[in-house]
Amino acid sequence: MLHYSNFRYNEPMKDTTFTTSDVRKIAGLANIPVTDEEAQDLAEGFTKTLKVVDTLSEVDVTGVTPTNQVTGLENVFREDEIDKTRIFTQEEALKNGKRVHKGFFVVDQVLEQ
Amino acid sequence: MKLNHLTVKDAITKLKKKEFSHAELYKDLHDAIAEKNSLYNIYLSLDAEAVSKADALLDTPLAGIPIAVKDNFLTTVLPTTASSFVLKGFRPPFDSTATKKLQKAGSVVIGKTNMDAWAHGSSTETSDFGPTKNPRNPEYLPGGSSGGSAAAIAANLTIGAIGSETAGSIRQPASWCGVVGLKPTYGRVSRYGVIAMASSTDSPGPIGKTVEDCAIMLTHMAGHDRYDGTTLPRPVPDYTKALTKGVKGMKMGICYMDHPNIKGTDLDTAILKAAKVFEEMGARVDMIPMSRDGKKGTILAPDYAIGVYTVVQRSEVSSNLARYDGVRYGADRSVFAHEAKNRIMLGTFTLSKGYADKYYVRAQQVRSLYRKNFEDLFSTYDVLLSSPTPGYALPSGASNGDPLFGELQDMLVEPSSLVGNTGISVPCWRNPETNLFLGLNIMGDQWQEEKILQAAAAYEQATDWNEWAK
Repeated sequence: MLHYSNFRYNEPMKDTTFTTSDVRKIAGLANIPVTDEEAQDLAEGFTKTLKVVDTLSEVDVTGVTPTNQVTGLENVFREDEIDKTRIFTQEEALKNGKRVHKGFFVVDQVLEQ
Repeated sequence: MKLNHLTVKDAITKLKKKEFSHAELYKDLHDAIAEKNSLYNIYLSLDAEAVSKADALLDTPLAGIPIAVKDNFLTTVLPTTASSFVLKGFRPPFDSTATKKLQKAGSVVIGKTNMDAWAHGSSTETSDFGPTKNPRNPEYLPGGSSGGSAAAIAANLTIGAIGSETAGSIRQPASWCGVVGLKPTYGRVSRYGVIAMASSTDSPGPIGKTVEDCAIMLTHMAGHDRYDGTTLPRPVPDYTKALTKGVKGMKMGICYMDHPNIKGTDLDTAILKAAKVFEEMGARVDMIPMSRDGKKGTILAPDYAIGVYTVVQRSEVSSNLARYDGVRYGADRSVFAHEAKNRIMLGTFTLSKGYADKYYVRAQQVRSLYRKNFEDLFSTYDVLLSSPTPGYALPSGASNGDPLFGELQDMLVEPSSLVGNTGISVPCWRNPETNLFLGLNIMGDQWQEEKILQAAAAYEQATDWNEWAK
C-alpha cells in the first residue's frame, strides 16, 4: 500500500466535499454529459482528489512567483508570413468531419431563434 | 537469434554491412508480432507496407530500421486515436515533428502502440481498446501512459520506440517492463503534432532496449521546431558521444530514500547497490536528506508534487481537450470514457472563477519551490539518483477505481518533471520469482541529457540487468 504523504499535518484539513449537484454544474461548464451514476462516482473521486490537493494550503508561498513556463522562454515571435506547407486543401480539412454539407462543417445551433 | 531481438545500434550496423536484408529483418518482426501481439495487445495499427519503404533508406543514419510509435503522435501513414474512441479511425492530415524527423533520419513507423487514453494514466488500462499486458509477466501491468511502446520493446516486437511523458509516462513503463526510457528536457523535443495533454510538461522521448539506442533516437528527435514555440534553438549534439565518458569524478546525490514508499523495500536495496556501482567507478555519491521545506542541501519531499501535478495537469487537460467537440474530427464529448471525464471536469473546477487562485495559482507557486530546490541541488550535483516509481509492476486491474492511481505511481518523478528536468530509467533489479523489474532513475538538470546518458551507459555496462546490452 503506497502512502500519499509521509507528513503528519499540523492541523486536520477541512475537506472540500463535492455533491452530485456540484458535479452537474461542472459538467455543464465542461460540456460533458454525465449519468446519475457517473455523477455520484465523480463526486466521490473529486472529494478524494481534493483532499490530497488541499495539502498545498499548508505550504508557505508568501512572495513566491508562480511558475508557468520552466525553461525561461518569453514572447516567442515568428515572421507573419504564409507557410504554404501547412495549408490544408478543403478536402483535407473536411475529410475527418462526421457531418459535412456542401464543403462546410455542420455545427449545432447555439443561439435561440 | 531472431533479428527482431536486435538493438537499434546493431540493426543499423548489420544492415549497412549487408549481413541481412530489410526483408529478413521485417519478416522476423512481423512473425513475432503475428505470434504475440494478440497476447499482449501492444499495437493498435500496423503498416503492412513498412518493409517496402525501408529498402531505399539504407544509406540514411537510421538505415530503414522500424520504430513503434505511441498513438498520440499524429502520423499520416496510420490512424491516430490516443487510445480513445473519440478519435477512432481518425486519419491525421499532417505528421508530428518528432516522427517526421525520425522518418527523415531513415526510420520507418511500423505501427502505433496502445496507451492510456489521452495519456491519462500510468497503467495502459484506461485505453478504450483494452489494456496492454506486461510481456515480462502477462499477469501484470506494463505501466503507462506509454505502456504499449515499452511493452513493444520488452517483447522484441520492434527495434526502437517512442513515447511521451509529462511525469512518469516514459520512465514508469520503461521501469515496469525492464527497458530503457528517456524523458528529455521540456522543449528539447517538439510537441507539434503530439496530441496535447499537459502543455507545460509534455515531453516526447525515446524508449529503447539500451541506453545507446535511446541516445541514437534522441539525436534524431530533438531540436528547435518553428511549429512549437516552446522548443529552444539550442544545438543538438550527437548524444552517443556522451556514452563512453564514464563517471569518474561525477557528483551524484541519492534522493527520497527516507520516503515510506521506498524505505525497506527492494527499491531501497537496488538503489543503494547502484550507488555502490557508481562509487566503484569513481563517482562521489551522497545521500541527500529529504525535507518538508527544501532548505539548502535537502531534497524537497515529493508529497506536495502530487497536489501540484494534479492541479496543473487537470487544468491543462481541461483546456486542451476542449477542442474535441466532434465538429472537425472525432466523435462528440459524450464518447469520452470515465478517466477523461474525471480529469477534464476536475480541471474545469480548478480553473473556474473563485477557485483558480486557491488551486491553480498556488500549485504554480509550489512548483516554483521545487524549481528553486533543484537549482540548488544541481549547483552541487551532476546527477540525482532515485527510481521512476515506487516498486514493481502491479497486477492487472490495480488501477481500477482509484482517481489518484497514476499520481501515486509517478510521485517520485513529479517534482523533477514539473520543473522541466530530464531523466532516464534503466533496469536495476529483477525479481527472479515474478520476472518483474525495478528501474533506476538518473535525473539531470535541464539540458543535461548528455550527463544522464553518460551515467546510465556506465551503469548499464558495469551491471548485468540489461540482457540486450551484454
